[in-house]
Amino acid sequence: MTMAERQNNIIESLGLRAMGLCEYLGGLTLLLGATAVWTVRSLARPRWRDIHSLSEQVVRVGIRSVGIVALVQGFIGAILALQLVPTLEQYGQESQVAAIIGIGGFRMLGPIFTAVVLSGFAGASIAAELGTMVVAEEIEALEAMSLPPVRFLVVPRVLATFIVMLLLTTFADLMIALGGYLVSRLALGPAVYLEYWQNMRDTLEGSDYVTGLVQGGVFGVLLGLIACFEGLKVKGGAQGVGKATTMTVVNSIVAIVLAACVCTIVFYLFKL
Amino acid sequence: MTDQQNNLEPVIRVVDLVKRFGDHTVLNGVTFDVFPGEMVVIMGGSGCGKSTLLRHIIGSILPTSGRVELLGEDLAKIDEPQLDELRKRFGILFQSGALFNSMTVGENVALPLQEHTDLDADTIDIMVKIKLEQVDLLAAEDLMPAEISGGMKKRAGLARAIAMDPEILFYDEPSAGLDPVTSAEIDQLMIDLTRKLGVSGVVVTHEMDSAFAIADRMIMLDKGRVLMNAPRAEFEKIRDGDPTGDEKIDLIRQFLRGDPDGPITQRRQDSGYEEDLLATAGGFG
Repeated sequence: MTMAERQNNIIESLGLRAMGLCEYLGGLTLLLGATAVWTVRSLARPRWRDIHSLSEQVVRVGIRSVGIVALVQGFIGAILALQLVPTLEQYGQESQVAAIIGIGGFRMLGPIFTAVVLSGFAGASIAAELGTMVVAEEIEALEAMSLPPVRFLVVPRVLATFIVMLLLTTFADLMIALGGYLVSRLALGPAVYLEYWQNMRDTLEGSDYVTGLVQGGVFGVLLGLIACFEGLKVKGGAQGVGKATTMTVVNSIVAIVLAACVCTIVFYLFKL
Repeated sequence: MTDQQNNLEPVIRVVDLVKRFGDHTVLNGVTFDVFPGEMVVIMGGSGCGKSTLLRHIIGSILPTSGRVELLGEDLAKIDEPQLDELRKRFGILFQSGALFNSMTVGENVALPLQEHTDLDADTIDIMVKIKLEQVDLLAAEDLMPAEISGGMKKRAGLARAIAMDPEILFYDEPSAGLDPVTSAEIDQLMIDLTRKLGVSGVVVTHEMDSAFAIADRMIMLDKGRVLMNAPRAEFEKIRDGDPTGDEKIDLIRQFLRGDPDGPITQRRQDSGYEEDLLATAGGFG
């Protein structure tokens, strides 16, 4: 292969990847638009089926994730406390560990780690469920009966991941704070734990909680949307379903980190 | 064409339909009509384009060129809401039944009625029972799809397909995956329903026993073209006759009889079996 041919191949390959990315983002945007339209329509004229379907998804997505979120976030709080105290001790500021855990946990670690956990738990499960429905011709059957799959399947799932992320982000904040406190109490001494809760209350502002919550909501919509998108575009039977679940987790994590970056820039610019 | 057909407007009109996926031509100038009350079987080997043709007729995909008219509407000229209205006028039995696994059999049948009519719950409940009775599945109303057999799933799918009293029923490989007795029962049910309800039926299949049991007219596709479009009796004549030396007739005869030797086998050998297999595996069937 000549140098020119090799360069052409690289350019062609890059072009194909860029086109694939554009196609993916375009598809995701269209699905977001359709989901927004059907959400507004459903809210304007709520039906018993829609409410039932949404509550079913909230329970399914949320309940399954509570334990693992508690575990992960509790340990994150504990790890933060253990990592921070030796450095803070050098400046006699070990009592400030609660303030740092509060800000870091509420603003970023709570929503991000919850979203990552949820993408593995709920995202993969949604993609597998919808993918299996595609393979079993259920999606085609819905369309053939003039029942839009976006309204019946995507809206309740995206709304559920959104609502669950809001609830779990709040829960995660508490768990991080509690994890930090417990390890302080058990291992780090009274200088750290005596004024732990007071320091956290004094430092945290409403915006710390709200910005974390907003990010949680954004991550919830993103991972619900990506899971539905991957599930609905399944091709090729069981193998396609497996690929969709993997790609849901991978793409969700990438999207969550990118969205966190964008949110942080916006919060920074608006001094939130 | 019979005198009766001459006086009737077709419910389905396919005119010079061409469909290409990239360089691959799946349908290449398909033309035929389906008239009210007729049961038409579209058949052909794997990869001949019959499922793609069905998807064009129900409006799932648009042709590269040509025209498909369904119940008097040109599918390329109507928008999505109009297509949704049109979809309420036909029912489809999918290959797997395509029941929603999270709902009971009864809820599956009730779904289109709940969504597309203003009927109250009691009336819908009665209608669901009537539809399930028509397919002899009333006892399974409260069962989940995972709890019933393949044949029962097809019956339930059929009950759901007729829930909105359609004018046309489409059947995608109705006998696939069924044992011969269950398959014959489904065939009989399709004939009974088509006659009782006075609807038109379009069946896509490659199961010849089933095709000959239910068809008024048969259309054989080969390589994206209509090889023959004729009443069932003419196909029976070819199936039961001797080889003629005419390649087209002998090809149809081999397909109908399922013979291992003949023009289809010869063509595969000439074109390279692997190539043929790859084209089939392409999944455009």
